[in-house]
Amino acid sequence: MTLIETREISKIYRTGSVELNALMNVSASIEAGEFVAVMGPSGSGKSTFMNILGCLDTPSSGQYFLEGNDVGNFDRDERAQIRNKKIGFVFQGFNLLPRTSALENVELPMLYNGLPSRDRRGRAAEALKNVGLSGREDSHPGQLSGGQQQRVAIARALVNNATIILADEPTGNLDTKTSAEVMELFTRLNTESHITIILVTHEQDIAAYSRRIIRFLDGRIISDEQSGRS
Amino acid sequence: MIDIPTTVRISFKALKRNKMRSALTMLGIIIGVGAVIAMIAVGAGAREKIASQISSMGSNLIMVLPGATTAGGVRMGSGTQPTLTLNDAEAIQKECPAVSEVAPILNGVAQVVHGSQNWATGVIGTTPGMLTVREWPLDSGRSFTQQDVRNATKVCLIGKTVVDNLFGDDDPIGKVVRIKKVPFTVIGVLSVKGQSPQGQDQDDAIHVPVTTAQKKLFGTAFPGMVRTIMVKAGSTGDLASAEKQIIELLRQRHHIGQKQENDFTVRNLTQAMQTAEQSANVMGLLLGSIASVSLLVGGIGIMNIMLVSVTERTREIGIRMAIGAKTWDIRLQFIIEAMTLSLIGGIAGIIAGISSSKLISMFAGWTTIVSPFSILLAFGFSGLVGIFFGFYPAYKASLLDPIEALRYE
Repeated sequence: MTLIETREISKIYRTGSVELNALMNVSASIEAGEFVAVMGPSGSGKSTFMNILGCLDTPSSGQYFLEGNDVGNFDRDERAQIRNKKIGFVFQGFNLLPRTSALENVELPMLYNGLPSRDRRGRAAEALKNVGLSGREDSHPGQLSGGQQQRVAIARALVNNATIILADEPTGNLDTKTSAEVMELFTRLNTESHITIILVTHEQDIAAYSRRIIRFLDGRIISDEQSGRS
Repeated sequence: MIDIPTTVRISFKALKRNKMRSALTMLGIIIGVGAVIAMIAVGAGAREKIASQISSMGSNLIMVLPGATTAGGVRMGSGTQPTLTLNDAEAIQKECPAVSEVAPILNGVAQVVHGSQNWATGVIGTTPGMLTVREWPLDSGRSFTQQDVRNATKVCLIGKTVVDNLFGDDDPIGKVVRIKKVPFTVIGVLSVKGQSPQGQDQDDAIHVPVTTAQKKLFGTAFPGMVRTIMVKAGSTGDLASAEKQIIELLRQRHHIGQKQENDFTVRNLTQAMQTAEQSANVMGLLLGSIASVSLLVGGIGIMNIMLVSVTERTREIGIRMAIGAKTWDIRLQFIIEAMTLSLIGGIAGIIAGISSSKLISMFAGWTTIVSPFSILLAFGFSGLVGIFFGFYPAYKASLLDPIEALRYE
């Protein structure tokens, strides 16, 4: 099943009279259950592409279909709902709420889909267990290591049963050993739970965990190939 | 839609994180709400005091005073010319339809003796109508009758202060007191009336039939003279017409020509008191509005701190948006936070307002009345202040671009 399909999407940023073509006529499709790495130098358009896939941004032209819906034309609140229900984000800087327990951080997405408080607790605890953080429910981000924080973020991304994880350099702030642990977690989620994973990385050995690599340069896709373990 | 109790919990947490800041912001609301409650209490107290004075005087009251004398071009002021008679009073009773009751008065001060006790007090010669006009019930005994007035009987009704001074704990009914050495039988005791609007003790008086006062106690310049006539109109609406009817009747009775001035004065006391009540209302309103300005300033303080808070928490807002917070989820979060500030401030303000009203009564000696309505009003108003002044910061937060907000350091 085609999960994600972009047709000729472009993104143009205007600052005064200067126009910046961040994306130019990018067409790509990703099937459910794929593990894709998006690579490219800074300014190549890969972040813009990810923001559009994550419904954080809209294309200037072209169409973006998510599960067959033309979400490129959705309004602010409709996109918020898509992000809430279908997409989980994992960021380089973790982006957990400070001074808030791991459990409450994981509960957050459920707060915005109207789940009653009792169900939220149980599901959040289960999601933390799933990423190997049982017993750390009450720890604040400041009391957790980088790898643990990233696993809390992954638990948060999955707690609403998202089918897609969009990870923007998820190992950028982690050491090699922790990076490997996080990547193995992604691999497990991909193979066992069939979660579609799309991650941005600079590093070849992180990209090697994926089965498909899409490379960007100057707002275009320059290569799209199956790779590594497939 | 977002879960309200959880949001309230989140706001409490956010406010606790900056205790000093939250407390100072609340202080604005505390002072505002406290001032509104205290000022309304002072206004209501003043109004209540005037209202109780009105009712102690008797409602719908008109006073007819004799006119002024003119001696060699010097006019002497009202009451200097004795022109009113008992017959005038009877005529007013009979011929003015807007009048319900009349009480002529001839009063003076006299030494009153009972046994070994003596006491100087006001002696008021009047008719049984007095009790109706002044809305003054008896405590015990009976009133004197028209018969007593016709026959100039030597009976009297005495006030509580007189009872205390002459009789102590004894029952005065049926006892004899001497007023200016004339023996009078006490037939009734008047209930306690308290102070007059002028501060006189209205219970320090003895009421006797007006004819007895004329013949046995004070004497008169001409037969039947009375000092004043008190008139009770049928209703508040009748006051103006009663006044007009009395003037017409008395002008006719006193043979006053078209161009001549009245030889009497008619004063509408209730109207005067109502004017006083209105000015008390205006004062209360004025105090209340000055106090609400401070509530407004407190609200601006909330808006200010909420704007700072939105800026500080840009990244948090970005995270919430990324994981699915909708426009109104973000708005409600900040509005609820502003309301939490203003409502806690409101509750503390109510306590401050009630205690400062008590302090004002205690130290300034003013009557203050804290009404449940003013508490409800102040509390509701502080909630509105939270919504109103929280809205703009919340609106601003909800319009942030999630991508920009996530990048915010």
